Amino acid sequence: MKDLNLTNDFVELVRRAATDLPADMEEALTKAKGNEESGSSAEGALDTILKNVTMARQRSTPICQDTGTPIFEIRYPVGVSTRALANQIRQAVAIATEQSYLRPNAVDSLTGENSGDNTGEDFPTMHFHEWENDFVHVDLLLKGGGCENVSTQYKLPDGGLKAGRDLEGVRRVVLDAVHQAQGKGCGPAVLGVAIGGDRGASYIKSKQQLLRKLDDTNPNQDLAELEERLNKEANQLGIGPMGFGGETTVLGVKVGTLHRLPASYFVSVAYMCWANRRASMDVTFSGDKVEVTYA
Amino acid sequence: MPKLTVPISDEDIRALHAGDTVYLTGVIVTGRDAAHKFMIENYIRNPVVAEAELYAELKRLLNGGVIYHCGPVVKKHDDGSWSFVAAGPTTSIREEVYQPEVIEHFNLKGVIGKGGMGANTLKACQEHAAVYFHAIGGAATLIAQSVKEVITVHKMEFGVPEAMWVIRVEDFPVVVTMDSHGESIHTKVEAESKKKLAELLGV
Repeated sequence: MKDLNLTNDFVELVRRAATDLPADMEEALTKAKGNEESGSSAEGALDTILKNVTMARQRSTPICQDTGTPIFEIRYPVGVSTRALANQIRQAVAIATEQSYLRPNAVDSLTGENSGDNTGEDFPTMHFHEWENDFVHVDLLLKGGGCENVSTQYKLPDGGLKAGRDLEGVRRVVLDAVHQAQGKGCGPAVLGVAIGGDRGASYIKSKQQLLRKLDDTNPNQDLAELEERLNKEANQLGIGPMGFGGETTVLGVKVGTLHRLPASYFVSVAYMCWANRRASMDVTFSGDKVEVTYA
Repeated sequence: MPKLTVPISDEDIRALHAGDTVYLTGVIVTGRDAAHKFMIENYIRNPVVAEAELYAELKRLLNGGVIYHCGPVVKKHDDGSWSFVAAGPTTSIREEVYQPEVIEHFNLKGVIGKGGMGANTLKACQEHAAVYFHAIGGAATLIAQSVKEVITVHKMEFGVPEAMWVIRVEDFPVVVTMDSHGESIHTKVEAESKKKLAELLGV
């Protein structure tokens, strides 16, 4: 049994996610700004966004005030107590809230009372996966509420959109989701798409796609082509940053799959705002020595 | 740099058009879901029986004033004062059912938020000389820099994000996306993207 106390390291992971936008996101936003018409509202929006990203990093303050649902994906070797890690994560988000890296965001669904420290019933979200490696790897995603509200799920076939149970059907519903969202989800967006599963598993899988780097390539050739095509076509919709109109509606599309029941064919679309706040850490240990690295 | 000072006159509002970038200076009030529901239920649709003092205060602040759809990250200092750490806009469309009445009742001249609002708010903007100012969603640290002072806070029992923060802003950057002449960038972009979607789907 390995005793780990990672509370402070989890606080640092939260701080990084909330205040320091990943480099690939910032590069994509910078490139997008160059593609917008000079003097347009779209260019102005991207300019403000980029200034904000720099400022948040320098000042170590939240990129966005909606610091979202903290979603932790934890991979651990045999012998690590997930109960201990879960307690440390809960403590860490409370500390990070106290330090103003997170907004108090956990509200009792019945009474409306805000817990004040980002802990509550199934809050924050944690998924534990035991793996064969001998170190702990943690991914954290801060998923904002505005973009969560425009995330959606389709049940294929969909008669209205003429979407059948194939990749063409997936393409049709994803484009519809982007159109429905307009500027309400704080685009330019990253889209996480999941095909298959039951409703619950499908939504989780779609969010997990958001942890992928923008420039990675899907190992499945068909999905890689679909991602590229959706990226191009979503941008042709012209919704633009913040829905002001423009060339950049999405910055990336990532598609994953799950096995499904013969009866069901779900497509889930996790819409992520431009503030795609993800951070990860690795924890290695030998004897009493524990080493933490962040990425 | 086009600047506007709050309180804003009808004349200044009528001079604004969808697409204009402006910088706001003055005292504004944050309010989102709980605050709008509270104002409607306690002050607007029913006779004022409770919290009459706050009602008088809001009438003063919102007359010619601006409401900001925002749930900030705040910091409380040792002397009891507050400052805004991160303060970008929240999605406005949730207030669509309340906004027209709030605009009319308090003589509101501007609503700051993100994502735009619907036909009823657009109509209220036309009838009562008001506009919708779009702030840049997520630009929370940058916008917090334009919040120079937290004057006071009301309805703290709603929680930090939902409370009504009275703040003094300086050069708060916004884009007019719904003006007082019936123009809405949101309606326009929606219609154009719908056409493009139909092309892409071949329907």
